[in-house]
Amino acid sequence: MKTQVLIIGGGITGAGLARDLALRGIESILVEKQDINAGASGGNHGLLHSGARYVESDPATARECREEGELLKRLAPHCIEDTGGFFVAVKGDDENFIADFPKLCAKSGIRAEGVDLNLSLHLEPALGDQVIAAYAVPDATIDPFKLSLDNISHAQQLGTRLMRFTRVVSFSVQHGKIVWVGLTNTETGQEIRIEADLIVNASGAWAGQVTALVGIKIDMLYSKGSMLVTQKRLTHRVINRLRRATDGDILVPGGIVSVLGTTSVRVESPDTIYPELDEIDRIIEEGSRMIPELKTTQYVRAYCGVRPLIRAKDAENDRDISRGFALIDHAPQGIGNFITITGGKLTTYRLMAEKAADLVCERLGVRQSCRTRTEPLPSAENNQWTRPGQAPRAWIERNRPEDLLICECEMVPQSVIDSIASSIRDQQGAVTLKAIGLRSRVGRGSCQGMFCSLLIAAYLYDCREFSDAQGLLNLREFLGERWRGLRPVLWDLPLVKSELQEAMHCGLFGLELIQSRDRGNHQ
Amino acid sequence: MRRGPSDIVCELMVIGAGMAGVAAALFAAKRGIDCVLVGVKQGLNFASGMMDLMAVHPIEEGRLWMNPWQAIEALVQDCPRHPYALLNPREMRTAIFDFLSFLKQGELPYHAEPERNVMVLTSLGTLKPTYAIPRTVLSGVRALQEKAACLIVDFDGLKGFSGRQIVETLKNTWPHLHSHRVELPDPYSKRVGLQAKRVEQYPEMMARGLENPEVRTHLARAIRPLLKKADYVGLPAILGVQHTEEVFHALQDQLERPLFEIPIMPPSVAGLRLSNLFGATLPRLGVRAFFQHPVLKADHNVRNGFQFEVGQGPAQMVVRAKAAVLAGGRFLGGGLYADRERVVEPLFGLPVYQLSDRNRWHRRLYLDPQGHPINQFGLETDGLFRPLNADGGPAFPLLFAAGSILAHQDWMRMKCGSGLAITTAYAAVKAFEQLR
Repeated sequence: MKTQVLIIGGGITGAGLARDLALRGIESILVEKQDINAGASGGNHGLLHSGARYVESDPATARECREEGELLKRLAPHCIEDTGGFFVAVKGDDENFIADFPKLCAKSGIRAEGVDLNLSLHLEPALGDQVIAAYAVPDATIDPFKLSLDNISHAQQLGTRLMRFTRVVSFSVQHGKIVWVGLTNTETGQEIRIEADLIVNASGAWAGQVTALVGIKIDMLYSKGSMLVTQKRLTHRVINRLRRATDGDILVPGGIVSVLGTTSVRVESPDTIYPELDEIDRIIEEGSRMIPELKTTQYVRAYCGVRPLIRAKDAENDRDISRGFALIDHAPQGIGNFITITGGKLTTYRLMAEKAADLVCERLGVRQSCRTRTEPLPSAENNQWTRPGQAPRAWIERNRPEDLLICECEMVPQSVIDSIASSIRDQQGAVTLKAIGLRSRVGRGSCQGMFCSLLIAAYLYDCREFSDAQGLLNLREFLGERWRGLRPVLWDLPLVKSELQEAMHCGLFGLELIQSRDRGNHQ
Repeated sequence: MRRGPSDIVCELMVIGAGMAGVAAALFAAKRGIDCVLVGVKQGLNFASGMMDLMAVHPIEEGRLWMNPWQAIEALVQDCPRHPYALLNPREMRTAIFDFLSFLKQGELPYHAEPERNVMVLTSLGTLKPTYAIPRTVLSGVRALQEKAACLIVDFDGLKGFSGRQIVETLKNTWPHLHSHRVELPDPYSKRVGLQAKRVEQYPEMMARGLENPEVRTHLARAIRPLLKKADYVGLPAILGVQHTEEVFHALQDQLERPLFEIPIMPPSVAGLRLSNLFGATLPRLGVRAFFQHPVLKADHNVRNGFQFEVGQGPAQMVVRAKAAVLAGGRFLGGGLYADRERVVEPLFGLPVYQLSDRNRWHRRLYLDPQGHPINQFGLETDGLFRPLNADGGPAFPLLFAAGSILAHQDWMRMKCGSGLAITTAYAAVKAFEQLR
């Protein structure tokens, strides 16, 4: 297989880069070892930063966030809810920091308006009586899944080839150039080679693992952040704590829920991370200083992601490391056609892609300027299902009673599963419960997929997507994945639900016995 | 206490309307004990209808026992704190025999081989070991044993039941299994000229529909041409709610093949049948049963015994009882409650056996064969099934506990849920009889 550019990593950076290159007429293949947004792009708040959070610690990033945020609100409005945001301080918070905040915002060109305390309580009744200062900033929320899927769909339309579940395993280097890249399909085990003029490593937290394959070391740190999803939406706006960034200081609305976060925990590796119970307890305690209801509200699940950070010598802790991105040309290290782009933020993904694509063009001798700065991001029909309320809306409009609702919590009908299955086939790879979950609201409602996964599995058998016992193994995998997020919130009502679910999965269906059945001792 | 609630006085108060609760009330009534039962009927509605006794031990090995009594013997040896260790096997057999006889008298006959578990085919295509099964499920067990030519019928509009899923999952070991989809005949809508194609079907409505002989005949007519070489016919569990025996035999006769039901996702009619049966029969045996009435508050004093405030929202009545059985199940049933810090028994604040660190309540893997430690939390009792206080003695002389609220068992993985409920309920009632 041959191409001009091989992009490694199907997160938002890789997706954005694929689209940027395609718009400049450059052919590329995008490979991803799992599914879209499997790393930090899928494990974040979904916050479109105004930049205000970084005005003190990292003014350069603050300005980038402001500019990019404004651009995206114009170019990808279908992925964004322009909620606005508050920065609030509570009793005991650093008075100097509060006093400096509006000045620092002004310096970075970010609008921050003081809000009268009574008015702030009126606008956001969930704020507690501990609040002593509030500023309004142009924060917004963004759906990272729709954003990546739409970038990829557009790139694919323009000729980019996407290969999911394809892992880079080796680089063949001759005379200071990578001549081919060895890859393995993680589902089938099939091995392939891709020859490319240029290879861009956009694998986020995995960037160091990829460069290590050619003996190049990137000094990366893995900072895990954990988040909690509430059962209902608690605020209209993004609520930030007005202090130096620390745990549990952002509450972001996400459609019909709110997401509380986050933490910063150094981990050894970006693989197999869990939201831990102590993190969860910590962010609830901290978050409830701003929003007291966070102590008593129901949570539906937790999740986490790993921030890819490039180590800086003078940073005292991980939160002080720049959230700016790193574009590394590996030519000085002896590989002429290899580039890494990592770090950065969801909000600045477009800029990261632009800068990387500029370097790619320079290398390939292509004279085409960036078009993502002006060209709106098209919204693809099959990618609309991550949006809350979208599936029921479509279902009611179509008004076909035979189109059964297959996820009852989020009202997702069979026809939406069909639409998603077809989009998954467009992106290659198997139609699995996990892949469907990523592209829809399935499993995000109050049952967290514990019931509807059974209904969808049966439906996929009917549609001949599953054969043999494959659907059951798929189901086990899906439930296992959901469990990672459920386990930290199992007290009160979620614990009640999990007992019912386990009674069904294990007590009635014996799903836990599938593997051991053959070893059974039939006496 | 609000004004107006009526007072009820009884000998034995049973708290909980799941399997353990109704079993305790049944055994008490049979012994002539004046008994009140309160609780939320949800418990039975979610029952699968399969009566597990004991099938998997040790759970971490997933070792399957086809003889439940031998499994219990091994369990008691290895896990001496399991509630089964407090029981004697002869009495366990009596309890289960009495319970199944009662179901039979209630037109809900069960089948159990005295010394043997059976494997039941589920709607997922898994095989689940259990002990006693509804009569309507039995031919499925035989078909599976014989790997006989068998037709699975599924329905347009019925979610979560795919004949193809069952066939595909089992095709390597059961090649003569086939499936076919039919439309549930709806004579009513045809009569009024409606098009009743492929709209959503609900198991309970289908089951009630099949109690109409006309619908049954239509269904038999739809299935007959599909039978071909099939020696057995399997359907999702939809063969009637109130008149299952009649529906089952009539349809079986019309198809001229042994017919069987396949357990489906709860809440299913299998649970509803049990729930209806106890709802109707317990009052006839003299039990004053208040379903959908949780206990709000419990008190005890030496002179008057127990006093319970009962009702939905505000207390609607007060029940005074000499003795009580806690049979409210675990978290789902409300017998236990957990906040972020600890697990509590909400009525009396009894000590609950538990691990204090929430991080150790659940394992990282959902389907970990070892099971989650929290499932073994619960009430510890003395040999007479009286929950213990902090000092290790009985918390109250006449307070008992039965069923899944008991500690040191994992009924979901051991497959001992109904057995545990029935046998410990029996033992608790018997203990009360001895002590009163």
